[in-house]
Amino acid sequence: MMTARDHGLLTCRSCGLLAEPQASSCKRCDSPLASRDTASLQHVWAWLVAGLIIYVPANLYPMLRTTQAFRSQESTIVGGVVDLVHHGAIAIAAIVFIASVVIPVGKFIVIAYLAVLLSQPGPKNAHRLHILYEAVEFIGRWSMIDVFVVAILVALVQFDVLASIQPGFAAACFALSVVFTMLSAQAFDPRMIWDATDEGAPHDA
Amino acid sequence: MVNDPHHIGCPNCDTVHRFSAQELTVPTRCARCGYRLTLGRKDAVLRVTMLALTSLVLMGLALFAPFLTLNAGPFESRASVIDVIFGFAEGIMVPLSFAVLFFIVIIPAMRSGLLIYALAPNLAGVAHAPLARPALRLAFTLKPWAMVEIFMVGVAVALVKLAGMATVDTGAAFWAFVLLVLVNAAQDAFMCRNTLWTTVGTPPS
Repeated sequence: MMTARDHGLLTCRSCGLLAEPQASSCKRCDSPLASRDTASLQHVWAWLVAGLIIYVPANLYPMLRTTQAFRSQESTIVGGVVDLVHHGAIAIAAIVFIASVVIPVGKFIVIAYLAVLLSQPGPKNAHRLHILYEAVEFIGRWSMIDVFVVAILVALVQFDVLASIQPGFAAACFALSVVFTMLSAQAFDPRMIWDATDEGAPHDA
Repeated sequence: MVNDPHHIGCPNCDTVHRFSAQELTVPTRCARCGYRLTLGRKDAVLRVTMLALTSLVLMGLALFAPFLTLNAGPFESRASVIDVIFGFAEGIMVPLSFAVLFFIVIIPAMRSGLLIYALAPNLAGVAHAPLARPALRLAFTLKPWAMVEIFMVGVAVALVKLAGMATVDTGAAFWAFVLLVLVNAAQDAFMCRNTLWTTVGTPPS
């Protein structure tokens, strides 16, 4: 199968129209054009490291501060999951655990794995890498669930002395971490996955 | 081949495809990586515009109608969506409030507004609005940042967390949001890049 680069042309990543190699923006949709985004891996790493750093305080600081009958209790992300398990809400505990721990940690590992692999020459199983890339792109936003849960609980549970819920510092850190890793996944130029397939040796634009 | 809407480059893997006018009206996938090149839905422009209009109306309703009411014995606490957003707008949490405001209200509403702005003149048979192309491009770019559906899953999780301590009643805004999620899903099913870009990128005849 021929790629646009094999034809000496550029593909617009926004609308798919083909353009002359010297064109700098797409005739149909005005998007900037480039055969391959050669700086993309640097952007991927930069956002990924930022996301990793901010994920540390997101786990150490409390996500919620619950005050019930003058007793105050703080819970972290993992602590909140443990509380849910104690209350018998196993399914919800699983959702929160998957959204706030499994997905973010899995995302860090998969993005780093893709970035390392793509920076090395040699044939790769493009279909497998592509599935990983799609999964990371699709799943990243769902980590926001926990931030929204905090927002709703804080808004609803305001019974003054009886019971109230305050947000913790971790909520802001966690939201930032999700945003950074989403930007990291978006920075990938997926065409680079397909350049290094088993079909032929990788070549530069 | 260049600037010809029948030749499409896959934005994902750069493979060049040639489609006849007939083939462009049915769903097509990239032969190499499986990316959905065209969705092949009839009336894509009309439906996307109408659904965008619908979601703007629903968003207006969702903002000003009551969202959730919490009852615990003699105590009652109501929250609108605005309360949810600004419930934690204190000190270091202010940026987080703004992030939530953008993810669940401003960006979804902006996407609808941009789509109407870019596509409605075509339906009316008049010249495209100035800046129609950057507007449509922004509408595609913003897609991963519109998180209404994730917010609603967060609402579900919060309701289960609260189930033990209080009863929660859903208001009109809750159901407006549920409809909004469905409308947005339907809209994405009609957001065929090739069709929309062909419409906006070529001068009206």
